[in-house]
Amino acid sequence: MSKPLFASESAGSNDTAATTTRRPRPRLAVFKFASCDGCQLSLLDCENELLAVAEAVEIAWFPEASSRLQPGPYDIALVEGSITTPHDAQRILDVRRSARIVVTIGACATAGGIQSLKNWADHEDYLRCVYARPEYISTLASSTPIADHIKVDYELRGCPISRHQLLDVIGALVKGQRPRLPSHSVCLDCKRKGTVCVEVAQGIPCLGPVTHSGCGAICPTYDRGCYGCFGPVSQSNCLSLTDQYLSMGTSTETLLPLLRNFNAAAPEFRDASNRIEAIAKRTETSPEVPHE
Amino acid sequence: MLAEGLETLIKALADDGYQVVGPTIDQQAIVYGEIKSTGDLPRGWTDLQEAGTYRLQRREDDAYFGYVVGPHSWKKYLFPPVTLVASADLGEHGWQMRTPEPDPIKYAFLGVRACELAAIRIQDKVFLGGPFVDPTYEARRSKAFIVAVNCTQAAPTCFCTSMNTGPRCESGFDLALTETSDGFLIEVGTKAGQVIAALLPVRPANSTEIGHAEVARQQAADQITRRLDTDGLRDVLMNNLRHPHWEEIAKRCLSCTNCTMVCPTCFCSSVSEVPDLTGEHVDRERHWDSCFNPDFSYMNGSPTRNSVSSRYRQWMTHKLATWHDQFGSSGCVGCGRCITWCPVGIDLTKEVVALRDTTGNDLANLSDGHAEGAEASP
Amino acid sequence: MNSALTSAITAPRFDPWRTHAVRVARMTPEVPGVFTCDLAIQDATMASEYRFAPGQFNMLYIPGLGEIAISICDDPQSRGSVAHTIRIAGNVTHALSELAVGATLGLRGPFGVGWPIDGCRGRDIVLVAGGIGLAPLRPLICHLMTHRREFGEIHLIMGAREPSGLLYSAEYSAWRDGGLNVYPTVDRGDDSWPGHIGMVTAILDRLPLRRPAETVMISCGPETMMWYAAQMVIGRGVDAKSVYVSLERNMNCAIGLCGHCQFGPQFLCKDGPVFSYDRVASIMKVEDL
Repeated sequence: MSKPLFASESAGSNDTAATTTRRPRPRLAVFKFASCDGCQLSLLDCENELLAVAEAVEIAWFPEASSRLQPGPYDIALVEGSITTPHDAQRILDVRRSARIVVTIGACATAGGIQSLKNWADHEDYLRCVYARPEYISTLASSTPIADHIKVDYELRGCPISRHQLLDVIGALVKGQRPRLPSHSVCLDCKRKGTVCVEVAQGIPCLGPVTHSGCGAICPTYDRGCYGCFGPVSQSNCLSLTDQYLSMGTSTETLLPLLRNFNAAAPEFRDASNRIEAIAKRTETSPEVPHE
Repeated sequence: MLAEGLETLIKALADDGYQVVGPTIDQQAIVYGEIKSTGDLPRGWTDLQEAGTYRLQRREDDAYFGYVVGPHSWKKYLFPPVTLVASADLGEHGWQMRTPEPDPIKYAFLGVRACELAAIRIQDKVFLGGPFVDPTYEARRSKAFIVAVNCTQAAPTCFCTSMNTGPRCESGFDLALTETSDGFLIEVGTKAGQVIAALLPVRPANSTEIGHAEVARQQAADQITRRLDTDGLRDVLMNNLRHPHWEEIAKRCLSCTNCTMVCPTCFCSSVSEVPDLTGEHVDRERHWDSCFNPDFSYMNGSPTRNSVSSRYRQWMTHKLATWHDQFGSSGCVGCGRCITWCPVGIDLTKEVVALRDTTGNDLANLSDGHAEGAEASP
Repeated sequence: MNSALTSAITAPRFDPWRTHAVRVARMTPEVPGVFTCDLAIQDATMASEYRFAPGQFNMLYIPGLGEIAISICDDPQSRGSVAHTIRIAGNVTHALSELAVGATLGLRGPFGVGWPIDGCRGRDIVLVAGGIGLAPLRPLICHLMTHRREFGEIHLIMGAREPSGLLYSAEYSAWRDGGLNVYPTVDRGDDSWPGHIGMVTAILDRLPLRRPAETVMISCGPETMMWYAAQMVIGRGVDAKSVYVSLERNMNCAIGLCGHCQFGPQFLCKDGPVFSYDRVASIMKVEDL
């Protein structure tokens, strides 16, 4: 490959290469917190592009991929996972100190992940149910996104992330550019593909209108409602959408798990699910009031 | 022409090199797709539509065109969701840019409704009528053959009569069909239409048949209940850019882009760079985009229209007001798609009523001295 | 072809997406964060046929990164290359700033409606520029100097945050020699700055206007600056129809087909970027339009 995607010359290329100084390869580190490793695997999944990535950056810390681990400082840190233990809450501070640019990857890192469901439960109860000797376990009562603990430079959404978006971001950072990812709703992607709205045509509750683009609108293509794995889109209007579903007759039992999912703790989804829960409780006590 | 003649029509068009596209059932809706025979048409089906809801339903008869308009529009063929507009290659002498060869595809549209003819006429104005002609649109449009179909029923979301775009197909077609229990009544619109009509098993219609067609068409007109009062609407909207009702709409609007995507006249797009793995070949792809996408107005670090209310205002004022300044007509054809396909059922005709009911409150505009044209509130 | 369609097409047939390959002929640093890039069209025929009007812009294209609208800042009579003064703001302008002489890129254009030269003939002219807004005015300044006798008095007021931010300051004496009254002003002076300190409107306020009804004001810069400048000269008797502003929105296609740069009833790319104030005054102060 004569011209790798992430070659670090400025745009303009072979006729300008002679006059442009080659920068040293940026040092990349990949850190894992509470997560399933799936987002890190997206990087390894890049197959065709992996060599180009390896050529463009020096992979200095990536325990999932290599046992050759080099200390910081790093230019780019990809951070997967959420903060669920006191130890991790300290460790993430070290990551921030060691890295020039921190990119959080995936729903765990950007919103707390599926494990943030424990934010609604008694974690001591969970500990007792799962572990024979819960006193050995040191854990926090909640699962929180990385940005609750340190300044994050860029966020990659999704469960898992889109590897194309990951490549775009690494590519831009390597070239000294500001990564810009599309931030529209899933609906736009559905319509570009010719996918018919599953909510309007079939009455299927779908989080597409309030969910960040990035997945390629997979679920509605297969007659399933979007379950929001890329998290809320900016200025999302969950209140209006959930009101619509309630008025269509969708039960709170359906809506609650739809919102309490991989991005349960994302503020917009969290607030919407709390409201649905409150409505559900009210309905239990006075069944004649369907919703507000 | 008897119903069987439809098969001959599809074959005649295919034989003439057209790719015939028209209504077909997919994803629980009547969408536009490839039509190889009458078997692909949604015969015996109809659609039930209201704000935020669309359902397919069996008809009691075997009508081929017994429904209204669905989630797709013909713009997906003339102004495709993704188009290659240019490409760049890095060679010995640096970057060289190319534009693609004109698209050779020849479409025959089967089942174009009156509101859709109007929508095509509007997009003709947008893509062909200005100082710059869009090459993709022109290539596809200039070769397209249009078989219109007169509506014989209307949905509760239809309001073409308010926009003077239907339900009768008046012009802009090569052939127009009216379906009745007798078969099809055919009108010829162009020479190209005449050539195809000559290949069909047709005979002059008798007065009874013409009468039946008239009744069928009238039925559609009679079923239309929705109204949009267009009187002075441009000024009403433009004199109320600071109206509090925009914020009211924003409480319901999801800014999800659905209304603009299903609209047969919306034409916003963005070009994006698609480099190959080597970075030495880059395609420039144009995608459908939307004024409801915050990124769409991104400039100097943030969106210019950084609120749902400002984006809805942009859409409605463009569609119903400034479109007149730009293209000499409203941008709305009254097809009702934006009402049906809004996930929360926002109905622009109702929003216009609300804006009209409270016009004159726009004090900020009055202070600028630009509200002279404002309508008095009724 | 459908007859309705044939009549719809009024424009000459050429592909508006056609992009010229151009080579960087010269890179000149201007003020901090701003540089001028002279681009030579590689195709000889295209190069010899290339003409633009003062106030028009080109789309500059870096493959893989994208296109950006940049005003032309060259003398309309110059041939061989075309100059663009660029402020580094985003990815494309940053990449442009790093191009070396000889590098290739793409150019589409020129696009847009330029400054109203015909409407200026025989009249006094006040040019008001803020920051990088002087760049699109430079072709007009060149034109006015070349055809000096066709115009009345010409005043040029330009503002910058500090003296080091005054664009093209090396040319001011030539502009004065060419018959322009040049009034630079800065928000913050320094020890070496002998000139005016304050907003452009402060100078505008005291500017002698011999015959306001026969005066044209042309401005380019931040919208707020242009709005205040317009209010001020209109208050002094200049007709709103003779006040011109150059507006900015994110242009994407440059040919009026993509919808990005809409501003009320206008597409800035094809109806503008230059507008007479009376056409845009009512919407310039509407938030988030």
